[in-house]
Amino acid sequence: MAFVSSGYNPDKPMEDRITDIGNHHYGEFLPPVIKNNFGKWQWHEILEPGVLMHKAEGGDEVYTVRVGGMRLMSVEFAREICEIADKHCDGYVRFTTRNNIEFMVDSKDKVEPLKQDLMSRKMEGGSYKFPIGGTGAGLTNIIHTQGWIHCHTPATDASGTVKVVMDELFEEFQNMRLPAQLRISMACCLNMCGAVHCSDIAILGYHRKPPMIDDEFLDNLCEIPLAIAACPTAAIKPKKKEITSERTGEKKEVKSVEINVEKCMYCGNCYTMCPSLPLANAEGDGIVLMAGGKVSNRISAPKFSKVVVAFIPNEPPRWPTLAKTIRQIVEAYEKNARKYERLGEWAERIGWEKFFEVTGLEFSHHLIDDFRDPAYYTWRQTSNFKFTEGMNDYAAIKAE
Amino acid sequence: MAFKHETPLLDQLESGPWPSFVSDLKRQATHRKENPDNVEYQIDTDCVEDILGVVELSYKEKEVHWKHGGIVGVFGYGGGVIGRYCDQPEQFPGVAHFHTLRVNQPNGKYYTTDYLRRICDLWDFRGSGVMNMHGSTGDIIFLGTRTEQLEEIFYEMTHKMDQDLGGSGSNLRTPSCCLGESRCEWACYNTQELCYQLTHEYQDELHRPAFPYKFKFKFDGCPNGCVAAIARADMSFLGTWRDNIRIDQEAVKAYVGGELPPNGGAHSGRDWGPFDIQKEVIDRCPTQCMWMEGDQLKINDKECNRCMHCINVMPRALRPGEDKGLSILVGAKAPILDGAQMSSMLVPFMKVEEPYDDIKEVIENIWDWWMEEGKNRERLGELIKRQGFQKLLDMTGLKALAQHVQEPRHNPYIFWREEEVPGGFSQDITDFRKRHQR
Repeated sequence: MAFVSSGYNPDKPMEDRITDIGNHHYGEFLPPVIKNNFGKWQWHEILEPGVLMHKAEGGDEVYTVRVGGMRLMSVEFAREICEIADKHCDGYVRFTTRNNIEFMVDSKDKVEPLKQDLMSRKMEGGSYKFPIGGTGAGLTNIIHTQGWIHCHTPATDASGTVKVVMDELFEEFQNMRLPAQLRISMACCLNMCGAVHCSDIAILGYHRKPPMIDDEFLDNLCEIPLAIAACPTAAIKPKKKEITSERTGEKKEVKSVEINVEKCMYCGNCYTMCPSLPLANAEGDGIVLMAGGKVSNRISAPKFSKVVVAFIPNEPPRWPTLAKTIRQIVEAYEKNARKYERLGEWAERIGWEKFFEVTGLEFSHHLIDDFRDPAYYTWRQTSNFKFTEGMNDYAAIKAE
Repeated sequence: MAFKHETPLLDQLESGPWPSFVSDLKRQATHRKENPDNVEYQIDTDCVEDILGVVELSYKEKEVHWKHGGIVGVFGYGGGVIGRYCDQPEQFPGVAHFHTLRVNQPNGKYYTTDYLRRICDLWDFRGSGVMNMHGSTGDIIFLGTRTEQLEEIFYEMTHKMDQDLGGSGSNLRTPSCCLGESRCEWACYNTQELCYQLTHEYQDELHRPAFPYKFKFKFDGCPNGCVAAIARADMSFLGTWRDNIRIDQEAVKAYVGGELPPNGGAHSGRDWGPFDIQKEVIDRCPTQCMWMEGDQLKINDKECNRCMHCINVMPRALRPGEDKGLSILVGAKAPILDGAQMSSMLVPFMKVEEPYDDIKEVIENIWDWWMEEGKNRERLGELIKRQGFQKLLDMTGLKALAQHVQEPRHNPYIFWREEEVPGGFSQDITDFRKRHQR
């Protein structure tokens, strides 16, 4: 491969430089039916799972076919999207916030051929390329982060965990039979570059071991005060250490840090500031499951997700425990919640103690909050509670 | 096709109905190998095979193999590029240097195929051809290229595609919005336009990190919150209205009579029984501000808190009012460092009018305060917690309102301002002792 210049001259980086031009105006990319009815939409209806119809004041209609997308996508795949959009949608397409792909047509007769085309396309390995669904009272696509494909701090993989959970719950993606919409989100470490803390179900990658300390190299690679300041629990202190050099075998004194492991909550924030404090570990890393959050203001205020399973080990490639546990929660929700009730609203109505009984999830001490002041507001300050299986009296709860 | 690396674990992710990213990566790897269009690939032709290899290794060892980012970027910008290196470069030379670029997406994420193909062609030629549509913040993400390609990509984007990079690091992150008025009857303002205008207004803040930490704007057109602004943006803009919900009583009758599907057809996959307006709408209203008079639906709009439930259930009968605007809430963030926070109400209502001076005033007042007082890596929400909501009001020049709180404070530990107390704080002990013996 020979280097091909774009016209950029590295000796004169400022020559003809164009900066700060921002993004394109969205107006350039709107299909005519969207452009013509901008701000004039009157109502919509979901005609079937994955197919929406929006009606404009003047009578125009736009039909949207929503398909589940992979956030991680090759240019060849994107070119295939373009081919479909050219064939059916006059060369327009859009993506949703939740990584779905939406193909829009301006009349009803164009919907069937589009649908058939989309569902007929399969990957070489056999999976669908463009499964239709993700609307209404069902499961939509899982938003997620990078994971092992590209990030430096993940405690689990993102694309893989999402693939297995969507395979497991595929019918819910294609149906609208849940009490309300179900939003599952995935982040591969506590940094949550995809903020998942207000989702019906959140899959969260999680470390469980304090960082290792690369003493010999730490002072060369890190600003020690920044690493110390990065710790939310003040678990890191500066420490001079006597070490044997990995390279030369000689003994020497180095500036490094020490970590109070009892204070460490494995957030990895220090690692973000200092590459000499890695914390990835096969047994330590895994997944926390959270549930009951939402961002909509509908009926009740937005809610944080709560930790309902403290740890699920990493079981690549198909994470069977993760998939099974999520199915368990979704089945209990589907069977027991009332129409319009989000997962968290259902859990609050029946009480979280009942949530654990109905879902069959185990409640352990890890699920009682002990992080700073907000913890107090999660404890029970009322004599109202429900009896659940095995929780009868004092004798039943005495530790053995 | 035989690839460089065996991937027995990843191969197991090709089965099942959901689109397989493994099948897709293999397709891309094959495409690069065959190179039907004779592209003069500017980074290793087999880099996608090496991605498969390095991810397979992570699947085997359950540990990541990407190193901490290095300092790479384009001249004059502090953000938009994230350095990425593999920690097994000998085994996977195609991805030894494998940096990320964030490309500022069009607002609402609509594309013409012409533009999308140009994005694809550029990235096929100068990068791995693997991307995210889209990253969590909203950008198009290019995954994997070498350092010497960064300026070339930037040059081609700015000169030939009128396209800029997005934000990363301690700066304004690429703003994002819901699709708003383009295809939603509930949008209370043009989310795309406001997002676009503020993106362009604050290009300097977006490209040159000068903040204590990241800062996010997100624009939701209504309280349904499709871009989750309230959960993940330092400044969350949520559309709302202040007049009455518009009612079409004929359509109400049609819902009651079962002629129209409730919730826009969202519940059609299960037999929930006939629609019951009393049970499903009126009794579920959080403020209990609705009732039926004969076949007419009545709403006491003064009591309505605009949660959207009734409108969501009967989209053909009810619409948001016509006096629309937005609420500004501030301080949301994920758990790092000090626990998760949702945004808190700051400006209950504001009209959205170009050139958006009121909105910019709030933004800039907040930035002035945060840049002055915020500690390194302290998000706005944490600064508000540390210095107090009253301080936020002072710095933005706003009056305290009952709308700012869910309920009043639980404790009487009130910090009075000296000027609020008659005579101030100084007292004369000698004078006091004249009235009170020791």
